[in-house]
Amino acid sequence: MADCQETLKELERFIDAELAHFEAEVVVSHLKTCTDCQGAFEFHTELRQAIRVKATRDELPDGFAERLMQCFGDNVYSPD
Amino acid sequence: MNAQDQFVTDAMQHAPQLFSTALRMTRNRSDAEDLVQETFVKAWRSFHTFQTGTNLRAWLFRIMTNTYINKYNAQQRRPTESELDEVEELFLYKRLGSIDQSKLSSSAEDQMFELFTDDEVKNALEELPETFLLPVLMSDVEGFSYKEIAEILEIPLGTVMSRLHRGRKLMQKMLYQYAVDRGLIDESLIQVGNDE
Repeated sequence: MADCQETLKELERFIDAELAHFEAEVVVSHLKTCTDCQGAFEFHTELRQAIRVKATRDELPDGFAERLMQCFGDNVYSPD
Repeated sequence: MNAQDQFVTDAMQHAPQLFSTALRMTRNRSDAEDLVQETFVKAWRSFHTFQTGTNLRAWLFRIMTNTYINKYNAQQRRPTESELDEVEELFLYKRLGSIDQSKLSSSAEDQMFELFTDDEVKNALEELPETFLLPVLMSDVEGFSYKEIAEILEIPLGTVMSRLHRGRKLMQKMLYQYAVDRGLIDESLIQVGNDE
């Protein structure tokens, strides 16, 4: 049975989906029984989602897609 | 559709992500445009070396990262002493995890989205020293695996993990400061326990 300290240590790799299956299972079983660690897990998961969404809202500048197409020589690009 | 047309179509689908990442790297719109264009020119030139069915997205990011590092002389230098100053574990969670819900209008799930603006998140990323910025962008924003990041940045897996860990903590510290500056957080009300 994992304790809080071990769980928090693995939390980052768990959220990154980088733990081996058996390691992830240990974390999951601890999270089910510990509201403190569950809270930390949810906090960091939401933070990650917020960062991903907020840091990718950049619109392509006008005409940029057309300029990019010129990088490919004579290929004709037709967005569907 | 022939292989070349397919390649162009696929590459163009990654243009928005490449542009966002280029913006975070260069912190400048026209430099970001140049960087993505240069990436596509190089990709097109080495199209013959690209194997259909392999990871085009990772391949494009690798070309772009190399181009960025060479062009801006942004060699992945070792972190300076001050960048290695210890930021405590769970920095943000310890301060915001129990923030007064009544100050925020939305549900708990939206809390994080409301707490920071798009610009604050972008600024926090752009303020990161390059050593940490690149792994954090590749993971938190682009969702690449540690192994893919190691290949894209040509650094060992263990280095990916330690730079991600440290970069994320630095970013949390900056986000926290933005929230304090905006008056969202009353620091005197926050009690932080000692690390064991």
